Amino acid sequence: MNVNERNTPMNDAETPLLEIRDLAITFDTSNGPVNAVRNAHLTIMPGETVAIVGESGSGKSTTALSAIGLLPSNGRVSGGQILFDGEDITHASEKRIIELRGNSIGMVPQDPMSNLNPVWKIGFQVKETLKANGLAGANSKDRVAEVLAEAGLPDAAARAKQYPHEFSGGMRQRALIAIGLACRPRLLIADEPTSALDVTVQRQILDHLDTMTTELGTAVLLITHDLGLAAERAEKVVVMYKGQVVESGPALEILRNPQHPYTQRLVNSAPSLSSRRLQSEKSKTAETQLTKPAVVAAPVATADDHIVQVSNLTKVFKIRGALGKSTDFKAVDDVSFDVKRGTTMAIVGESGSGKSTVAQMALSLLTPTEGNIKFDGVDVTSLRGKALFDFRRRVQPIFQDPYGSLDPMLNIYRTIEEPLKIHKIGDSKSREKKVRELLDQVSMPAATMHRYPNELSGGQRQRIAIARALALNPDLIICDEAVSALDVLVQAQVLNLLAELQEDLGLTYLFITHDLAVVRQIADNVTVMQKGRVVESGTTDEIFANPSQSYTQDLLNAIPGATLLA
Amino acid sequence: MVMFAFRRFLQLIPVFFGATLLVYFLVFATPGDPIAALSGGKPMAPAVEAALRAQYNLDQPFWIQYGLYLKNLVTLNLGQTFSGQEVSAVIARAYPVTARLAIMALAIEAIFGVLFGVIAGLRKGKLFDSTVLVASLVVIAVPTFVLGFVLQLVVGVKLGWARPTVSGAAPWNELILPAVVLGLVSLAYVIRLTRTSISENMNADYVRTATAKGLSRRRVVVVHILRNSLIPVITFLGADLGALMGGAIVTEGIFNVPGVGNLLYKAILKGESATVVAVVSILVIVFVVANLIVDLLYAWLDPRIRYV
Repeated sequence: MNVNERNTPMNDAETPLLEIRDLAITFDTSNGPVNAVRNAHLTIMPGETVAIVGESGSGKSTTALSAIGLLPSNGRVSGGQILFDGEDITHASEKRIIELRGNSIGMVPQDPMSNLNPVWKIGFQVKETLKANGLAGANSKDRVAEVLAEAGLPDAAARAKQYPHEFSGGMRQRALIAIGLACRPRLLIADEPTSALDVTVQRQILDHLDTMTTELGTAVLLITHDLGLAAERAEKVVVMYKGQVVESGPALEILRNPQHPYTQRLVNSAPSLSSRRLQSEKSKTAETQLTKPAVVAAPVATADDHIVQVSNLTKVFKIRGALGKSTDFKAVDDVSFDVKRGTTMAIVGESGSGKSTVAQMALSLLTPTEGNIKFDGVDVTSLRGKALFDFRRRVQPIFQDPYGSLDPMLNIYRTIEEPLKIHKIGDSKSREKKVRELLDQVSMPAATMHRYPNELSGGQRQRIAIARALALNPDLIICDEAVSALDVLVQAQVLNLLAELQEDLGLTYLFITHDLAVVRQIADNVTVMQKGRVVESGTTDEIFANPSQSYTQDLLNAIPGATLLA
Repeated sequence: MVMFAFRRFLQLIPVFFGATLLVYFLVFATPGDPIAALSGGKPMAPAVEAALRAQYNLDQPFWIQYGLYLKNLVTLNLGQTFSGQEVSAVIARAYPVTARLAIMALAIEAIFGVLFGVIAGLRKGKLFDSTVLVASLVVIAVPTFVLGFVLQLVVGVKLGWARPTVSGAAPWNELILPAVVLGLVSLAYVIRLTRTSISENMNADYVRTATAKGLSRRRVVVVHILRNSLIPVITFLGADLGALMGGAIVTEGIFNVPGVGNLLYKAILKGESATVVAVVSILVIVFVVANLIVDLLYAWLDPRIRYV
């Protein structure tokens, strides 16, 4: 014991609150054991915030959850030690772990939608936490309201009597924070606590969590995929890659001076830290050789060559209310914008802002209630039969979820070939040639064509979705949150690919996203939407340099870590 | 919740009228003349025939007849059997027997089905789970009449633990064996449904969160897994209650249980339309009420339903 302590690098005499040494975690799968985590090291001092950063599958959540014995049933700690306040809890009894949970180590989970039991009232779920840890006295009802109010839930006493489905995502996350901190644990494990929320809500919640844990002196183990966010919120950052800790140290140091190649890549591609629009490799070299930026501008045609003109677009949905009465809901309200040929227009907004409804109308999947969308000068809603079929060839979508948008029963070849077949382009031989070309364009090996979507990773699937969209040589591609579901590095790759393709093929993008950091990298023009209306629009540089609306300002401020490297 | 129950209750009214109308129309449209059947196919004096038609309102148009039938149904004036007994009295004698049988069968299904299902679900892939799965598959695959006769022979005749057939009064203890036969098939379904539901919910995020709060294993299972898992099971049990209350023709036949299933079967064979219409109408009501109970239970278990 003494030897170990001497070997552990420690600045002061204090015992670390949580110390993970040489941790190895193994999952028993049908294909034999898989080492999910190897040699993980981590030290959290009392009151300190430490972030684990990594992409999905890096083992960051697994490492954190092992500390409170919440590994999935096929997972086990196969080596190393977990010390909580000096006590070895690596193989602690079930009873001891249950004692620690809630009381000493709390947790705030990732997805507020699925982490509250839908059949119990919020108050009940808070109260049972207090009860299980012996903190529910005679006035437990007041205590529940107190805890909820602390977490920033307005009108907490009344809210406690409601069910989770009556809460918004942000409110649910506040309830989960209340549960996590209800018993005043000394350590809080926050597993991507805000990644499922809108950016502005994200910021409020994180700020609140910060204030609370500082006040209570709670140490926080923050798990995130966003390096910017980690650097902004934590004192120390631990970077994990493929189950191993590749780098750890003070947050700003890692951000400014990353040592490990993976961390360097992560820092370079973190969208929240990037400050300029992506250009293809080709045009970058052109830029350095000619030192003449005017040449590298995207093939922007004359000023009035608008491929898409949206004017006074309005969409009203009827919502079924009580007793058969229906109320009108204006999802899109008097929206107008133009998209120049060969450029990227980003529509930004939070969930519920109506941005995806605009995209669906632009794809002619929904009919506008009022106003119109002109594609190449022709009103989209007036298109019928052959003209509509032709429109569908020229406008292609890429959707958010690459897991959901590819048919699992079709192999990659048939997925990409299908649009060609439907539009009767070429014979089977020329189509196969075209599929090979397309796969090459999106940097996928030709052998991929015999595989199925479930055999590919998320990034690879999104490449296939892009190849499918490109198959018909479209003029306009509508990307509805096309990179939101991807890990940071993969996101950067896909965005680069889109930028290159735009340059080579003169594509126009209509880019729907909630993420302003992504907008910065891909868009020429931005339209900001809030509650169905356009609140601001302009070129990307204008909007970022000088946002005139407070809402846009909020969105910009909400990008985590934006100010750290400036 | 009260509002939901009230709205759901109002929905019963069109269902009741729709179902009874359909039943009555089907009997009305059945080929064959009941008066001719009454006389055994022999010629009848026209005056007598007309008098009989008037007595049974058969000379009235369909809507009037339907109205009279509804009125009789509400006032429980259900007509007479061929042997001159009041149909309402016959049903009053048979129904308690079927109800006893149904309640016992349902209890067997619910108690053992949920119990075995929960254990199998919590220990997925272990010995208990596999054994129960194979056994339930066998029970589902074997037809009820085979199961019924085998149990009757083994338990009733060879071992002598129970009476092979039920006596006229059909007391609770004599109905145990038929109830077991009746419940076994549904029991297998309940086990499988519960097991799947439990093992799905075990991996739900909110269960992990509940564990992280420091709850005991027992509380996590009972409060967080069980309630959520019972929702589909309740739906199945409710539909099954309706079916069981309708009488089990095969099982009641094997054990000679004097219940509704037996009564209906014999009435159909004899062509006693008064009995058939009365029994079927009451079954409709029972079924509708059973479904109402399921819906209310469902809403009680899952608060999200109440506001739809």
